[in-house]
Amino acid sequence: MIRLRVNGRDRELDVDPAMPLLWAIREQLAMPGTKFGCGIAQCGACTVHLNGNAIRSCVTPVAAAEGGEVTTIEGLADLVEGEGLHPLQQAWIDEQVPQCGYCQSGQLMSAAALLATNPDPDDAAIDAAMAGNVCRCGMYSRIRSAIKVAARASAVQFFDPATSEVEEASHG
Amino acid sequence: MGKWTRRAFITTGVLAGGALAVGVAIRPGHRAPKVAHKVTDEGETLVTMWVKIDQNNRVTLIAPHSEMGQGAHTALTQMLADEIDARWEDMAYQEAPALDEYANWALGKGFLLGDADVPDALVPTIDGAFMKITKAMKLQITGGSTSVRATGVYGVRVAGAAARELLIDAASEAWGVPASQLIAQDTHIVDTVDGRRLSFAGLAEAAAGRQPSATPSLKTPGEFRVMGQSKPRLDVPSKVDGTATFGIDAQVPGMKYAAIKAAPVFGARLVSVDSSDVQAMDGVHKVVELDDAVVVVADGYWQASRALDGLQITWSETENDAKSSDDLFAQFDASLAQAMEGGESKTDVEEGDVELAFADAAATVEATYRVPYLAHACMEPMNATARVDGQGCEVWVGTQNPLGFRYEVAAALDMEAEQVEIHQHYMGGGFGRRSDADSAIQAALIARAAGVPVKLIWSREEDVRHDHYRPAVASRFRVALDRDGGIKAWENVYHEKHEPVEAPVIPYAVAARKIHHTDSPTHVPFGPWRSVDHSQHGFFTEAFFDEVAVAAGRDPYEMRMAMLADKPRHQNVLRQAAERGNWGETLPRGVGRGISLQESFGSLVAQVVDVHIDNGKLKVDRVVVAIDPGFAVSPDGLTAQMESGVIYGLTAALYGEVEIEQGAVKQSNFHNYRMVRMNEAPQIDTIIINSGEAWGGAGEPGTPGIAPALVSAVFDATGVRVRELPLAKQDFSDWG
Ligand code: FES
Ligand code: FES
Repeated sequence: MIRLRVNGRDRELDVDPAMPLLWAIREQLAMPGTKFGCGIAQCGACTVHLNGNAIRSCVTPVAAAEGGEVTTIEGLADLVEGEGLHPLQQAWIDEQVPQCGYCQSGQLMSAAALLATNPDPDDAAIDAAMAGNVCRCGMYSRIRSAIKVAARASAVQFFDPATSEVEEASHG
Repeated sequence: MGKWTRRAFITTGVLAGGALAVGVAIRPGHRAPKVAHKVTDEGETLVTMWVKIDQNNRVTLIAPHSEMGQGAHTALTQMLADEIDARWEDMAYQEAPALDEYANWALGKGFLLGDADVPDALVPTIDGAFMKITKAMKLQITGGSTSVRATGVYGVRVAGAAARELLIDAASEAWGVPASQLIAQDTHIVDTVDGRRLSFAGLAEAAAGRQPSATPSLKTPGEFRVMGQSKPRLDVPSKVDGTATFGIDAQVPGMKYAAIKAAPVFGARLVSVDSSDVQAMDGVHKVVELDDAVVVVADGYWQASRALDGLQITWSETENDAKSSDDLFAQFDASLAQAMEGGESKTDVEEGDVELAFADAAATVEATYRVPYLAHACMEPMNATARVDGQGCEVWVGTQNPLGFRYEVAAALDMEAEQVEIHQHYMGGGFGRRSDADSAIQAALIARAAGVPVKLIWSREEDVRHDHYRPAVASRFRVALDRDGGIKAWENVYHEKHEPVEAPVIPYAVAARKIHHTDSPTHVPFGPWRSVDHSQHGFFTEAFFDEVAVAAGRDPYEMRMAMLADKPRHQNVLRQAAERGNWGETLPRGVGRGISLQESFGSLVAQVVDVHIDNGKLKVDRVVVAIDPGFAVSPDGLTAQMESGVIYGLTAALYGEVEIEQGAVKQSNFHNYRMVRMNEAPQIDTIIINSGEAWGGAGEPGTPGIAPALVSAVFDATGVRVRELPLAKQDFSDWG
């Protein structure tokens, strides 16, 4: 039995410890927002947070998440205080980022991990954090501007479920 | 509206409860009532095939187009909102179910045939355009960039205008005032004299039985309030919180998961499989043998795919087991040489005396261009979920052609189409790939064999290795120049003729032209790939034109403009792209700028591309795209399509190559079938030109022009002429 927290909830998984976290999330936990794209850490569609870091869940065995805090797209909005969307989700809507939308859970989770450590990323930082996420619909310039729009949104509060402490991040 | 208003019959019918149904039909007949129960919920009134008004005065567009991110649902909804005069907040979209009554193939078909007025009786028998692509007579396809320009223009707008007029007439009778003093406004009919108002919902029933006008009056562009505005896409909110349900997300009670391995060489068959080690593995339910594939059905996808890897499979031998890409290109070259040297070929265009022009040419330019096979690599791998029992079959899938899938699945199961139900989902990319029913058919066969509902998911490796590919093609050119550097004659021969038929035809004025093609069949399956034949011919013709301009000592932009003297619309698009792209500037060594012009799917697109060589690596800095689509229903949606089309074409031009090795596809996943990523994506500036000409497509026209502009820019930067894609094969290490 593997124990972990997913989006703030304690979960137990009765699965082979070698099973990739991706399939445990999608099939065992029935949370389909996290997507399968390649299975070999090449596309980023399966990106989730493990203890606040963006990871590729398709190559991460559930055993590696034992006792950890996992955040998926379904829990992204809860990373910020209050009701409503994460500022990145709002920016994604404002900039009309998604086309087919299939890559966007992974894009948002990668972007959220970036902003959590670098609240005002420049182009090079965005390139570095986002190059692992393929968008076959080619919405890169919109993703870039949406990250900047979200970063500019003032006084975004990031909530780290690992410590349950609210930390104020200021943005220029 | 031309021919289509006369051919598009507006039909009415009375539904249970005395409500009104209006449809725009290609053939006469009361077809709307037949399908009413499929699209109406309790308490809702069907007002047209494309319109549903519920008790809350919500106007729902029902149209047979699927959403793969191209914004079709939103653009079509805008068209209806404008014609019927409803508030945007009152609008919704519902995709039409996969029923014959909703088939839009007649519209798409007629459109692709150049608005030909096809007699009704002939329509189902024509074997052309879309028919070859889908291999099905029953079509309900989203492709060919037809949503807005065919269904929207000929169906949705007419339906909306007809519905508005019916509602006004109903109010006129109810109030005893002339219709001329009534207007539709904000989902109400308003009396302009005394200001009284009645909602559409309140009038729908009263409109029942009224005869619709055969020629409802459509709005003029000056009257548009919603069309031409960038409305937020209806599907976007669900795509930022993980709630959008794609085919791969379907949940069916009791379902198992399937992983599949198909014969690596196309055309090979399954001979035998040793599954003794696998049957006992934890979670494995069954090993299913198909004609050309082996499948493991298990409790989860991961167990299924792990078990699949452990199988010992024997495939039949085929005559293609030794084939390589080199063999195929050698075959293409031989076919072209034969056609060029007087062998058999089929003519696309023949004008003037080509041989005479070459006989007294001041100079000639000859070249052969080549492109490789390309996979679609939709972000969502192919998948389908199916349940089969004695009564019928249900399939959960994202498809560009729900009705076609219904017929193909039925045929594969030996059932009637009526026994098959397709549950449509969002598509994680389509690009033409999801018009092929292969994975849906497999899912149905597997579910039947396994005796349980099954979700079949292809691995990315299967997706890359068992696509229906943009074909590998070679195209051979020769041009005769006169003393002033003008083109006297243009000859082009190629193979792989699909759609659109005009793809290889250049817009430039050349007195003597011969464009012809031959066959050079291979064992690699073909499928429509974003922009179809334009994806190769856009590169071939425009890249070669650049080469000819250089050979003639002329500026590629100026030469195009001079040869488009009788085409001001083309000139305008090209000029605007050139101006925004600073055409004519002098650039340092290692920096280059290229240009292209492409007409496809009714839209004109010019692109100017800037590149530089950085440490031996080619970098694409900026792309300027000017598009004249006639009219942009949603400017931001069109801009997004240009960005998308450019990146899709750029990925192909830089990296895209599916190679054949020992009869099978060599590439397998994103590490060796590379995609352009964030750090390589250029700035893209889009210019929209609303010329007022016939409305063109948006989803595909951005793709063909990037490759030729790119090789033109590479030549400008380095003097290296690239005639074979992808560019990744070039070595730029000498160039800074
Ligand atoms: S599915 Fe995990 S990186 Fe592609
Ligand atoms: S929006 Fe389609 S893959 Fe990114």
